[in-house]
Amino acid sequence: MKLRGVAHARAGDKGDTSSISLIAYEEADYPRLVRHVTAERVATHFAGILRGSVSRYEIASLGALNFVLRQALGGGVTRSLALDTHGKSLSSALLDIEIPDD
Amino acid sequence: MRQVRIGAGAGYSGDRIEPAVELAERGRLDYLVFECLAERTIALAQQARRRDPRLGYDPLLAARMRAVLPACRRAGTVIITNMGAANPLAAAELVCATARDLGLRGYKVAAVTGDDVAASVGDGHGRILEDGRPAAALGASLISANAYLGAEPIVQALSAGADLVITGRAADPSLFLGPLVHEFGWSFEDWPRLGQATLIGHVLECAGQVTGGYFADPGFKTVPGLARLGFPLAEVGEDGSAIITKVEGSGGCVTSATCKEQILYEIHDPAAYFTPDVVADFSQVRVEQVGQDQVRISGASGRARPEALKVSLGVAEGFVGEGQISYAGSGARDRAELAAAIVRERLELTGLMAQELRFDLIGIDALHGHGLPAGGGERAEPYEVRLRVAGRTASMDEAVRIGSEVETLYTNGPAGGGGVTKQVREVLGVLSTLLPRERVQPSIHMLES
Repeated sequence: MKLRGVAHARAGDKGDTSSISLIAYEEADYPRLVRHVTAERVATHFAGILRGSVSRYEIASLGALNFVLRQALGGGVTRSLALDTHGKSLSSALLDIEIPDD
Repeated sequence: MRQVRIGAGAGYSGDRIEPAVELAERGRLDYLVFECLAERTIALAQQARRRDPRLGYDPLLAARMRAVLPACRRAGTVIITNMGAANPLAAAELVCATARDLGLRGYKVAAVTGDDVAASVGDGHGRILEDGRPAAALGASLISANAYLGAEPIVQALSAGADLVITGRAADPSLFLGPLVHEFGWSFEDWPRLGQATLIGHVLECAGQVTGGYFADPGFKTVPGLARLGFPLAEVGEDGSAIITKVEGSGGCVTSATCKEQILYEIHDPAAYFTPDVVADFSQVRVEQVGQDQVRISGASGRARPEALKVSLGVAEGFVGEGQISYAGSGARDRAELAAAIVRERLELTGLMAQELRFDLIGIDALHGHGLPAGGGERAEPYEVRLRVAGRTASMDEAVRIGSEVETLYTNGPAGGGGVTKQVREVLGVLSTLLPRERVQPSIHMLES
């Protein structure tokens, strides 16, 4: 199943760094996110645009993960030639990741 | 327990105006905050001020003030905003003039200055955080250098009796932290309390983004009344407890989910969110729905503020030229790809010196490239495709040529191309550096209508 079925997300930017939250709708699904949506998995998913590394932070009290993608915005909001210079639409791309139905 | 009601009237410089009027008229607010200064906005404002020394503040300042001042004056609501941008003094004068036009006499406006540190940065001790070069190496390409001020000068202005405080570059959450510290008399070394107040400011600062804006996803996340989205307010207790809500009857919704998205918005390490006032810790934050459109946010903490202040540098980085053209029907993608190849070859033949060029097929790969296959890997054949060519150049003339090469596809390119648009914009890069606190000296200027 796609992440979109169990979680929601929002993307933000600072310079050339994108941060994307991933929040479980139900607390019970949070451990699945922790298990399947690793920093490596996210780095692989965004390989086409990512030139830096990915860090993952766990916020158990919110049932959420926060991903920080460095060098992911084509040089940064102000100089990027991309159509979506802020990378706002990356949240929707994250939710397309497939995880097992367990 | 004593409570302060603080609302957010704008989440960015171009934001809707009516939701702030609704808050001013029906929010029973003590404070109304307008956060209108993105990283790049202040560099643009500095350019405007260079062209005309009377300008350099937010272009919507007069319109926003005209809309909310009468209701704020009636309700005794104090306004705090960073719409002063590159010229807080001229902005304060404009607010006074607007107040006079509205028949409001004796309205006290405080301008906070001192964030403009171009002179200190130019002498070159600091290094650019992004690339390690000395800031002095930027030379004439440096357009603006603004330190992020904290809440202290805002508290000072409020203590002096200001009805409105207008700043240039101040940290977004500090605009909210200032009035809370002022009202409750919290110490500027009560780090856990400042951390919680920073959480409240952070959740409010993007206005509609916590009341259901930027949230709806039909079939998954439903939000009622988005065309008349209400902006948020917080009921804050003396102990730092806070309930996020909005004016009854306004559109949108405040739920645990909308609050969670905004709490993590543009946060990197949730245990270390740096502001000039505190290093806030959001890693143990909790949200609890306590009523319809009422969410309690709690559990933030903090530790001692950073020694140095972050400075945002606006840097001239040349120009971007862009052109677009659409193709439709059978073979649309093939013709768009042929068009892209023609433009690429033309720019080579004519010797365009681009620092970077980019070719997108809008509808296929413009947002995330080919790295994120949504359609199972097969070659997508949409009904319509729009070619977009963009390039960064040193001169405006060269940037213009990029759009022109797309335009000449009308009579020289593949069949059926239509709807050409072209544009050129100046690139203002944003870099950052650090400056010791003692080299940034804010001052308050009090004006009256």
